[in-house]
Amino acid sequence: MDEPTTDVIQGTLDLLILKTLSLEPLHGYGIARRIEQISRGVFKVNPGSLLTALQRLERAGWLDAEWRQTANARRARFYALTRAGRRQLEEETTDWTRRVAAVARLLKAEA
Amino acid sequence: MLWRQLVRGLRALVDRPGTDRDVADEVQDYLEQAAAAHRARGLSPDAALRAARLELGNVTGVRERVRDYGWENLPASLLADLRYAARRLRLAPGFTSVTILTLALGLGATTAIFSAVHPILFASLPYPDAGRITAIVETRSDGGRSSGTFAMYHAFGERARAFETIAVLKPWQPTLMGAEQPERLEGQRVSASYLHVLGVSPSFGRDFQPSDDRLNGPNVVILSDALWRRRFGGDRAILGQQVRLDDNGYVVIGVMPPGFENVLAPSAELWAPLQYDLSEGRAWGHHLRTVGRLRPGVPVAQASLEINALGRGVVQEQHPETYDPNAQFAALSLQDELTRSVRPALLAILGAVLLVLVIACVNVTNLLLARGVQRRGEFALRVALGAGHGRLVRQLLTESLLLALVGGVVGMAVAVVGVRALVALSPPGLPRAGAIHVDAAVFAFALGITTLIGLASGLIPALQAARGDQHEDLQHGTRRTAGGHRRTRSALVIAEVALALVLLVSSGLLLRSLERLFAIPLGFDASRLLTMQVQTASHRLDDDSATRRFYAAALAAVRQVPGVTDAALTSQLPLSSDDDEYGAHFEAGPAQGAETYDVFRYAVSAGYLETMRIPLRRGRLLDERDGVGAPLVVVISESLARERFQNGDPIGQRLRIGPADGPPFTVVGVVGDVKQMSLALDQPEAVYTTASQWRFPDRVMSLVVRGRGDAAALAPAVRQGVWAVDKDQPVVRVATMDHLLAASAAERRFALTLFSAFALAALVLAAAGIYGVLAGSVAERTREIGVRAALGASRRDILALVLRHGMTLTGLGVAFGLAGAVAATQALATMLFSVSRLDPVTYCGVVAVLGGVATLACSVPAWRAAQVDPATTLRAE
Repeated sequence: MDEPTTDVIQGTLDLLILKTLSLEPLHGYGIARRIEQISRGVFKVNPGSLLTALQRLERAGWLDAEWRQTANARRARFYALTRAGRRQLEEETTDWTRRVAAVARLLKAEA
Repeated sequence: MLWRQLVRGLRALVDRPGTDRDVADEVQDYLEQAAAAHRARGLSPDAALRAARLELGNVTGVRERVRDYGWENLPASLLADLRYAARRLRLAPGFTSVTILTLALGLGATTAIFSAVHPILFASLPYPDAGRITAIVETRSDGGRSSGTFAMYHAFGERARAFETIAVLKPWQPTLMGAEQPERLEGQRVSASYLHVLGVSPSFGRDFQPSDDRLNGPNVVILSDALWRRRFGGDRAILGQQVRLDDNGYVVIGVMPPGFENVLAPSAELWAPLQYDLSEGRAWGHHLRTVGRLRPGVPVAQASLEINALGRGVVQEQHPETYDPNAQFAALSLQDELTRSVRPALLAILGAVLLVLVIACVNVTNLLLARGVQRRGEFALRVALGAGHGRLVRQLLTESLLLALVGGVVGMAVAVVGVRALVALSPPGLPRAGAIHVDAAVFAFALGITTLIGLASGLIPALQAARGDQHEDLQHGTRRTAGGHRRTRSALVIAEVALALVLLVSSGLLLRSLERLFAIPLGFDASRLLTMQVQTASHRLDDDSATRRFYAAALAAVRQVPGVTDAALTSQLPLSSDDDEYGAHFEAGPAQGAETYDVFRYAVSAGYLETMRIPLRRGRLLDERDGVGAPLVVVISESLARERFQNGDPIGQRLRIGPADGPPFTVVGVVGDVKQMSLALDQPEAVYTTASQWRFPDRVMSLVVRGRGDAAALAPAVRQGVWAVDKDQPVVRVATMDHLLAASAAERRFALTLFSAFALAALVLAAAGIYGVLAGSVAERTREIGVRAALGASRRDILALVLRHGMTLTGLGVAFGLAGAVAATQALATMLFSVSRLDPVTYCGVVAVLGGVATLACSVPAWRAAQVDPATTLRAE
């Protein structure tokens, strides 16, 4: 972990979850790990927020949830992106890119 | 999406254990995955589990958070909150009852007063397009109002373009005769256009027509719904029937609708055409009220300008003798005109009740803050056990709402009782008293305000607990408080004391005014004096001499009644709202020119001045010799004598009363001044003649009877005495002079009663506030006090410490309150009577009372502090 960790930026957790799940279905802990890994440990996901967010996205119809048996005979809940979820991801990505570009332009202008 | 929400929510509701297990499994799985990951990095199983737990945080908390998501959880958790809130409130009965009572008092009083004031001052009159109804008034150059004249009404009706129609009216009290006892009714004689001006018409039958309204026109009458039901059984066949009024037959032509409210004469029950008699110069007699309906779109101000120009034009063209050449005319909105006299008092009362509401709100805030401080330990514990921030806030909101709700229900009861009490207490002159009812909108508004305040002040401690240092709070339990809070609460107490002082000063000033008012000499002896009006109603007495004979016989009969020491008759009775004014024209003397004064005219029986005990200043009183055929004589009041003759001798001077070409009266005596219209009004010019020397017999006379004992007890015997002479003549308005005296100050007394009630409530609330803050502070500082005692502070020192704290708060409150009172009493200025609004006696008295009550409120916590045992306190640490 080269860089200091920080909490996920407010409002971006949904985007991060959708993006992570666009690669493959995962369970809650897997999503948290993936976000930490891909962000090289910059983002640390609060488990409570993550599980609540999953509940919310599932109810919104962007994720499908499925119980699978794990190796040690416990149940794990796997989440996968739906078609609506994919559309939502595209929308949020565009929106995010637009914002980041705007902020970047502003910062450049300052300098 | 919606579908999914619905299905998932329903599933959670139907299968709670299943959903709970799902959530638990998911969290457990997360925990195990995390532990596995840590083990994979080489931690021992125990260390891995601990690391995973640390990562996850409070497992129960996480589970709760996930589980609580979704609409289906709302009702259940709200219900749980509600149950918990009710339990918490039951556990603190003192706090709960004081808060609820405070809320109820503030809400109830505000609602009651607003409900009473709203229809009078703010709601429009109960007529279609009420904004177009105006009163047309005349003002003399001395600023006094005159009643309207028929000639002026006629001129306005012909020429005023701003008005659709104009009407005149005057009171009428006919006696309804029939099978039952004769009944004296209140009614109105109106021009045919009256109901059109109001914009109403009979529910059945017809309105008046111009052809009804001419001298010797048909005798027709319109009845009120109430009278029709009471006396005629609500039978519609009454139309076209004759009823006997004052011994004349009147044909009923219509009945008004049940909801008709006649604001110009609320007790009037029947209406007949005016049929004005224009003979003998009566066209210019001032005894009518004029109202008009504006044409649509014409502003009142414009109509007023037109009326003034017209009126002044008429006066200049015709210079009628009864008009002051500088008289002014105006059209005013009828509503403003009706409420003119009561408006200042009502607005002041409204202000006072708003202060009470503010004090109640301050008190509730204070109570909730104090409770919040006491509960910091509890909040910290709940946060430590995994209660979410939002959950804590919601819990407190529920408690505040529950308090507000219960307070609201009790407050509604207070409002209902309060409105009844207000109507019962209201002075007789209050317009539209019949329209007063509990106003739901006002109640909802007041409830909204107090609820908001409850919510806001209940939230502060919750937010603080949620972000504060729970560790410290947990350790110190309930014994600590934040300095900031103590400052807020002190400020609130200071505000309460200040507001209470404003109310106390206001009611103190009103009380002093009333005292001063009743200390005013009446000019006569009001004790053991019974009064009543004796009227003549039947054709048998149409003849003047018959009327005179009836009154003489009735008076003689009354004098025979056992217990009666003196009795007399007068054409107008002081303090009874009789108002019979004439011009008194003095003849030119050697030193002065001729001059006219407005005077009260009393046509009295010989012995009236003696019965009333009006003191003789010069000359002689009237007696039996001053009868028909004897030289015309008059007794004048001392103020009139002084105004006309300064120090000269008025005896033997001559004056004419009424028409300037009438017969002259010779002054034979001067008597003391008497209050006629009201105690506060200084209008002392009066002339007294004997009734037998007056040019016509008054058909309504007042009987004054002085008894040996209780005057009221004489009433039945005296009335029987009159009826023994002629049983058909109505005897009305029976009242003792003491009663009339009280009634003449009824409006002030009404205001005083309300202000006293509010001031008392404010005083109690302020005392409760001081007590609450000090008691809280002593409880929180027990340890400090114990240390002080251990270090050698005597009980006396500790007593002084607490008392000083309380008195500082009171002192600051008094200082702010004095400034506030000086500003606020400006609103009272018109209601005060010969008391300055800065009256030092009142201010000193109020400060003393407030100081005393505050000391009392301080002394209990101070005494408790002094009892603190240092050994116990320190051991408890």
